Amino acid sequence: MDKIKLDAWVGIFVSIGVISLLGLAMKVGNLTSNDIRETYMVTANFENIGGLKPRAPVKGAGVVVGRVNSIEFDTEAYHAIVSIDIDKRYVFPKDTFANIYTAGLLGEQYIGLEAGGEEKNLEQGDRITQTQDAVVLEKLISQFLYSKASEEE
Amino acid sequence: MNINMKTLLKSFEKIGRSFSSRALRLGAATRLFFLILIYSADSFKRIHLTIREIYFTGVMSLVIIIVSAFFVGMVLGLQGYYTLQKYGSSEAIGVLVALALVRELGPVVTALLFAGRAGTAITAEIGLMKATEQLSAMEMMAVSPIARIIAPRFWAGVITMPILASIFSMVGVLGGYVVAVPIIGVDEGAFWSQMQANVDFRFDVVNGLIKSVVFGIACTIIALFEGFDAPPTAEGVSRATTRTVVTSSLAILALDFVLTSFMISG
Repeated sequence: MDKIKLDAWVGIFVSIGVISLLGLAMKVGNLTSNDIRETYMVTANFENIGGLKPRAPVKGAGVVVGRVNSIEFDTEAYHAIVSIDIDKRYVFPKDTFANIYTAGLLGEQYIGLEAGGEEKNLEQGDRITQTQDAVVLEKLISQFLYSKASEEE
Repeated sequence: MNINMKTLLKSFEKIGRSFSSRALRLGAATRLFFLILIYSADSFKRIHLTIREIYFTGVMSLVIIIVSAFFVGMVLGLQGYYTLQKYGSSEAIGVLVALALVRELGPVVTALLFAGRAGTAITAEIGLMKATEQLSAMEMMAVSPIARIIAPRFWAGVITMPILASIFSMVGVLGGYVVAVPIIGVDEGAFWSQMQANVDFRFDVVNGLIKSVVFGIACTIIALFEGFDAPPTAEGVSRATTRTVVTSSLAILALDFVLTSFMISG
């Protein structure tokens, strides 16, 4: 086979490879949808994080605005400290509310941010003070049973 | 009693000999790997040799890779749908197909096919070159057979494997799409959007690529070494070709476990 034809075939081969990789990145993967590069980190304390995991999404009004960076346990206050990376394009006021929600009935857990009314915005290293823990199903059921029992008395 | 001791000793000898010969072969293969790295600079001066090998290992494997990827994707779609619809989440079929392909099946099945399609060809070719004393003739002419024959094949394999693996994953996803959306009737938007929400580029796609590069190195080194090491007879070459497939397949599956456990814990 002559050299030019061979080069052409190899060129076609490599281009198909690159196209597939781009397809995997754009169409299959999430490189386009939530490409978060520049972020600022804030922390939030929770009494109970339920099944929240690192890299879980952080949503504002349902839109992914960031990701959970790390989760640590504070041995002094016995809290969970959750570090969140938020995209620099999105700013939230200082009195933003952080809740742990569950996507669907059995889905993954994520953090939902609800903006407050403060004029100053959250900055790198700030702490979200108002948080609401994950709903633990067992607690919910036992509360329901207790309230039922007290009704009947 | 004395005879028993002798037979026992003999069987231990056998174990020892097989172990030391294996260790010797592993050492020789590692030596070949470093020799290739040393002679790579020489072989890159004649880049057209490598391009020619990419044609023979990559372009010629394209058909088998695309066809098998399409079927693997379609089977994954059918099987995934069968189980997922029991839990009422048949939209998750896209996630299942994509994650299975990108993380595991893409690199592993590509490497297995590569070992069967290209690895055997490399072993047979080099074994025959050795049997017909072409390699010694080159050395006589002061041309290093490693720079001229071995290194281009090595780099071609290492370059080809990730390309083939990404083609395999992408075609497989399309195969899953063909089964899920037009045939079964899963909603198209849910198919792609759930996939995008759950497949992470760095953690899934890039890790799959890293796997395929490692498999490429392992497969080509094994194929080259078996060819180089083959006894210069027809039988020797045929046995070396068989060993290439067996050793590469085992190496791929074992390396896959090791790599996956590192990637998941990390």
